[in-house]
Amino acid sequence: MNLSPEPLVFELSRPGLVGCSLPGSDVPPAELPKNLVRANLDLPELDELTVVRHFTRLSQKNYSIDTHFYPLGSCTMKYNPKANEAAAAEPGWKHIHPLAGDSETQGALELLYKLQESLAEIGGFDSVSLQPAAGAHGELAGVLMIRDCLKARGEGQRKKMLIPDSAHGTNPASCTMAGFSTQTIPSGKDGNIDIKALEAALDDSVAGIMITNPNTLGLFERNITKIAAMVHQAGGLVYGDGANMNALTGVFQPGKSGIDVMHFNLHKTFSTPHGGGGPGAGMVAAVKELAPFLPGPLARRRAGKYELAMPEKSIGRLKAFYGNFGVLVRAYCYVRMQGAEGLRRIAENSVLNANYLRARLEKTYKLKYTRPCMHEFVAMGDVAPGIRTLDIAKRLIDYGFHPPTIYFPLIVPEALMIEPTETESKKTLDGFVDAMLSIAAEAKTAPELLHAAPTTTPVGRLDEVAAARSPVLCFRG
Amino acid sequence: MSVDAKARYAQSHEYARQEGDLVVVGISDHAQDELGDIVFVELKEAGKKLEKGQVFGTIESVKAASDLYMPLSGSIAEVNAGLQADPALVNREPYSGGWMIKIKPDAVKDLEALLDAKAYASLVGEE
Repeated sequence: MNLSPEPLVFELSRPGLVGCSLPGSDVPPAELPKNLVRANLDLPELDELTVVRHFTRLSQKNYSIDTHFYPLGSCTMKYNPKANEAAAAEPGWKHIHPLAGDSETQGALELLYKLQESLAEIGGFDSVSLQPAAGAHGELAGVLMIRDCLKARGEGQRKKMLIPDSAHGTNPASCTMAGFSTQTIPSGKDGNIDIKALEAALDDSVAGIMITNPNTLGLFERNITKIAAMVHQAGGLVYGDGANMNALTGVFQPGKSGIDVMHFNLHKTFSTPHGGGGPGAGMVAAVKELAPFLPGPLARRRAGKYELAMPEKSIGRLKAFYGNFGVLVRAYCYVRMQGAEGLRRIAENSVLNANYLRARLEKTYKLKYTRPCMHEFVAMGDVAPGIRTLDIAKRLIDYGFHPPTIYFPLIVPEALMIEPTETESKKTLDGFVDAMLSIAAEAKTAPELLHAAPTTTPVGRLDEVAAARSPVLCFRG
Repeated sequence: MSVDAKARYAQSHEYARQEGDLVVVGISDHAQDELGDIVFVELKEAGKKLEKGQVFGTIESVKAASDLYMPLSGSIAEVNAGLQADPALVNREPYSGGWMIKIKPDAVKDLEALLDAKAYASLVGEE
């Protein structure tokens, strides 16, 4: 990694430098309205080569799955095959005009249709919309569908959504945006939903429940079928947050367990990098009763041709055109490349890798919930007096590893949420364990190393408190 | 971690301490230690009437944002304006300068439904 600090473009700016020289104008200049003219536009002045070097040096400081192990819990930072990048970059896909008619885009519509069908089968659902652009966008689609479905049933007064305390953090925000209030349901001692607390919350104001399965503790919700039946009995609907689908592909079909509507993150499980700064896709799937409410348009097949159509009672559009098409191309190639067997191996190996790490680390990093995990697990970082999870995370950077997700979920103190994914070798996993054990030993013998970490990065430990209390948001040279 | 012997405690780590007609409410030393450096405290306005268990504010640390729950029913008589400028008061002196709201309780005897200092100390000792 390039370790030297990089100045801001504003600091590199020198008066008079320009990135390109334009030919003199051969038409009379237009007069701009006086009130729109300003003299003090603070843009940096730089030449082209300085700009190229600046951004290249910044890019060399990137830490990514293509350079290092990245066990960031709940984010499924797995390797995404480069073949699917090449497929998505084919000119035939990337140069389609979004306003081209159905007859000119049969191939693209066929891909959308076949991907809808594949994902419906993987999830055990009736119908799929590829519209939502991200996971939380898919959640919003799902709760809006629940809202409209309840209205259609004449039950629009149901406004309370139940959310377990082990659910993804975005769930309450999606509910609020859709006009629901939320109630937290606590977890029991086994890390699953407390059935008694759920029972007590089920009244005639309940619109539904949002379940993350496996939950953010990395534990499978063993009572999923029973919970769904209880919520249905009370007149509510069941939303599944499929952000952790990597643990389930080819093994468990959520749509067959009582979940009515669910999103998956194509940009985690299906071959588009998560957190890459690029677009995502949070497709949403529904059982028969909810399918007419899906956001549209969907691709469908009629008389041997493909076409786009809005579902009958659609909540409407959530995205311009047809979702993030490039992500959908990668997902389609990935599903076809894996096949049913490959999809099953993804889930099996992601669970196996997580349990291998859990078993090797659990004597040193204590677990609040000790049963076997799914694709991730949550350990605790308070391995020595005065040492916090933040210190462990920062020290890992010095060992060349991206830290796990920390301080989430909130129900585990000093949480370290570790998700290795299926694409890592035993050698890499062992290297990570060695680093974690070595750091735990240092925590006892040389805690100052942890408090001072990281020391191998362009900038050291950041002052998070000052950044939150008195942030400096603008460059003022 | 210190526990204020004169206060009573909710399972969700708020303390409630009677002072004359009012009840002073904040979060325990254990809670502030678990949260870490507090960067922001947002409280409902004085005059607001709330039931036990309803949210009277939000506290944000470098780790997480959490809701603050009424330990007993009543109306908010006063809020600690000093926390706006210096939220770290909650870290430094949770039971004194870091108090959050003063409640005019519907019934002072509702305090009895909360944990006493000894019971609370054993609750957080277990965690």
